[in-house]
Amino acid sequence: MSKDIKIKKGLNIRLKGEADKTLSSAPRSRTFVIRPSEFHLITPKMVVKEGEKVEAGTVLFYAKTNEELKFVSPVSGTLSKIERGAKRVITSLHIEGDPQDNFKEFGTKNPDSMNSEEIKNHLLASGCWPFIKQRPYDVIANPEVMPKAIFISGYTTAPLAAEYDFVLKGKESQLQAGVTALSKLTKGKVHAGIGGAGVSPFNGLNDIEIHNISGPHPAGNVGTLIGEIDPVNKGETVWTISPQDVVIIGELFLTGKFNAERIIALAGSSVKTPKYYTTKIGAEVATFVYDAGLNEENVRVINGDVLTGNAINPKSHLGYYNNTVSVIPEGDDYEFFGWTKPIFNKISTSRALTFSWMFPKKEFDLNTNTNGEHRAFVTTGNYEEVFPLDIYPLQILKACMYKDLDEMEALGMYEVAPEDFSLTEFICVSKQPHQEIIRNGLDLMYKEIG
Amino acid sequence: MGLKQNLHKLKEKYSGTKMAPAFNAIHTFLYLPNETTHSGSHIRVADDLKRTMNTVIMALVPCLIFGIFNTGYQHFLALGEIEAASNGFFSASFWSWQNFAAGAWSVLPLVIVSYVVGLGVEFIFAIIKGHEVEEGYLVTGMLVPLIVPVDIPLWMLSVAVIFGVVIGKEVFGGTGMNILNPALTIRAFLFFAYPTWMSGDKVWVLDAVERANTPDAISGETILGSLAQNNPVTHDWLDMFYGFVPGSIGETSALLILLGGLFLIFSKIGSWRIMLSSVVGAIVMGLIFNWVTDAGIITETSKFYGLMSTEFWQHLLIGGFAFGVVYMATDPVTASQTNRGKWIYGFLIGFIAILIRVFNPAYPEGMMLAILLMNVFAPTIDHYIVQGNVKRRLKRLKSKTA
Repeated sequence: MSKDIKIKKGLNIRLKGEADKTLSSAPRSRTFVIRPSEFHLITPKMVVKEGEKVEAGTVLFYAKTNEELKFVSPVSGTLSKIERGAKRVITSLHIEGDPQDNFKEFGTKNPDSMNSEEIKNHLLASGCWPFIKQRPYDVIANPEVMPKAIFISGYTTAPLAAEYDFVLKGKESQLQAGVTALSKLTKGKVHAGIGGAGVSPFNGLNDIEIHNISGPHPAGNVGTLIGEIDPVNKGETVWTISPQDVVIIGELFLTGKFNAERIIALAGSSVKTPKYYTTKIGAEVATFVYDAGLNEENVRVINGDVLTGNAINPKSHLGYYNNTVSVIPEGDDYEFFGWTKPIFNKISTSRALTFSWMFPKKEFDLNTNTNGEHRAFVTTGNYEEVFPLDIYPLQILKACMYKDLDEMEALGMYEVAPEDFSLTEFICVSKQPHQEIIRNGLDLMYKEIG
Repeated sequence: MGLKQNLHKLKEKYSGTKMAPAFNAIHTFLYLPNETTHSGSHIRVADDLKRTMNTVIMALVPCLIFGIFNTGYQHFLALGEIEAASNGFFSASFWSWQNFAAGAWSVLPLVIVSYVVGLGVEFIFAIIKGHEVEEGYLVTGMLVPLIVPVDIPLWMLSVAVIFGVVIGKEVFGGTGMNILNPALTIRAFLFFAYPTWMSGDKVWVLDAVERANTPDAISGETILGSLAQNNPVTHDWLDMFYGFVPGSIGETSALLILLGGLFLIFSKIGSWRIMLSSVVGAIVMGLIFNWVTDAGIITETSKFYGLMSTEFWQHLLIGGFAFGVVYMATDPVTASQTNRGKWIYGFLIGFIAILIRVFNPAYPEGMMLAILLMNVFAPTIDHYIVQGNVKRRLKRLKSKTA
């Protein structure tokens, strides 16, 4: 069964350097890195000591607050280094990879014949649980709570991000196993959003409700899907998971192995030959970035898409949740009278001597310059044009800034994740860090209300 | 690019010092800064606040230039030295070098004083509070000389600008935090502190004040002034549309204001919702008054008759209505911040402006007070609009649990 959802508000950002739909295998990475900071608000308790051997699927650490919530190694090898930062917070775990992966055996299982408790325990034990996130708060799902529904977005609208229709091709059986398992964990349904045009691997799956989504970005954000179908009310919980992680969960049931393989899109205007690579969670990005080649020296490498990703050092490693690595030019240069001269080569939602509205099909080559300094909020009404949720974006951002918990709750804080504010941040004339404001607001609520 | 590197070195050298904001304000005026994103969206749109403010200034420049010519024109016309412009908008007797020179000589000092004093206050506050100099005053500084009478003494303007920027804006925390439109706060301060200067029939034409009570006295009454005293209007309506009438420096030409407004709407900087709903509000109020006079409820003996019987569409052309709607009601900081709120806010501005205009005997310009009044009520309007959203959310929850 499929339902149609049309998103009107939003903005498609067309950028140069979209990944070509060819798949290459990235050279095997020598080291792999897990950064506990990617698991928001999780304090790791180490299980493995430095120098110990691990298999793919061996528990590395668990969450301090919940011993059940385990985090496993994506590959087999030796835990070579535990890096710590200020106050001895663990910043990263380095694993020297073996040439070939040995998998820890979890045993093949049929999710159809398992009950909710068994599936939950299986996912927790195998380290697949961290893939599931919850709203409110946009953190790793709390296993104690039964969500009212689970949402998966199989539609890509973010600029330069990996196309799900491409990366999920041929993985229908894994998807099905994963979806069936997830469907046992909710009292509601598993909802998936797919793009209207392409042939989605989600079509024809069981235990799932398919929604055809069309419209500009953020139509493909899972937050938009939730907002359209079943927004989160106070006291309710929904879970979200990205399709590639459903595949990993499905594979766990089908093969009994935790296979951290990822098909990632390497994209961006600084990449010579942007295309797709097969690699593993935590692999060195250099293994594929230098394979594809870079056009320039001064670049920003981003774990994730250009709107929501994290900036990383080019020698650093692929993130736990990412399926896109974007490389765009750094913009740390001055521009003579850049604030007033007519602008043809940058995107703008206004027409204030900016002319991107004349070229709706043009692909732009944007850099990381903020194009202006940080200011107080001044303009109004423009965020609403790119924000499809039934929430007042400016008002909720201000509520987060002055930390009024009642107001944040009333304005819909339970429904949002930072990524929902990536477009408003992109178009912000005052260059305010919207996603950071929302993240801090969510953290505050989690701490105070939890 | 030697300048670029030298400035960069200076910036590095002085970063973190007290004077850094002042230096950066000038530096970022020359060069778009080298700031890059750190988290969140790694790319950003081309627009910044400077560009936004600059767009408004560009829309104001035609009004300023017209105001300069008009100042000279009204002066010489009142002296009887030139003929009235009669060949449409491009009449030679209006666009003359003589008019421009006389106008520029008196208008440009106002512009310069407004900017120097206002930006000076902004710089001082930025240095004291250690934040960057914000761009809000760029527009305010241009608005102020356009909404004052040409004969205003410069010291009076300076006092008003300091008051307006400090009390109207900085005490609230600077650009983006103020409740009242700073330009109108300045105007209101002038009006209430020096009422004899700001009203009456003397200040609207260059040199009229000096010549008062001398044999060379010239009169320069605004149209609103005439109407309020039930005097016949001596200008035809096309003159008002073009702007060949006495009035505050920049507010007379409805034609150029209309073009500026269209430019702001096209560039998506000005809110079309506010502009449209203000005009609708004014028309509604104008029609009500027209109906009252047509029905004979108010007769010619009433002192309100002159303005009440003014046809509704003429209200849009006279006085500062058009200028206020396009350039000041749309100030995003002090206006309503929700789209639905903007409709209400704009409508009430138009409605109340005409109301005040008709019933305020001392000062027939209602626009300033209407906008300031609605500035105060804009947060209330927003509150109720946002509460609608909040209630919808609560209802959703209730229908779930019920």
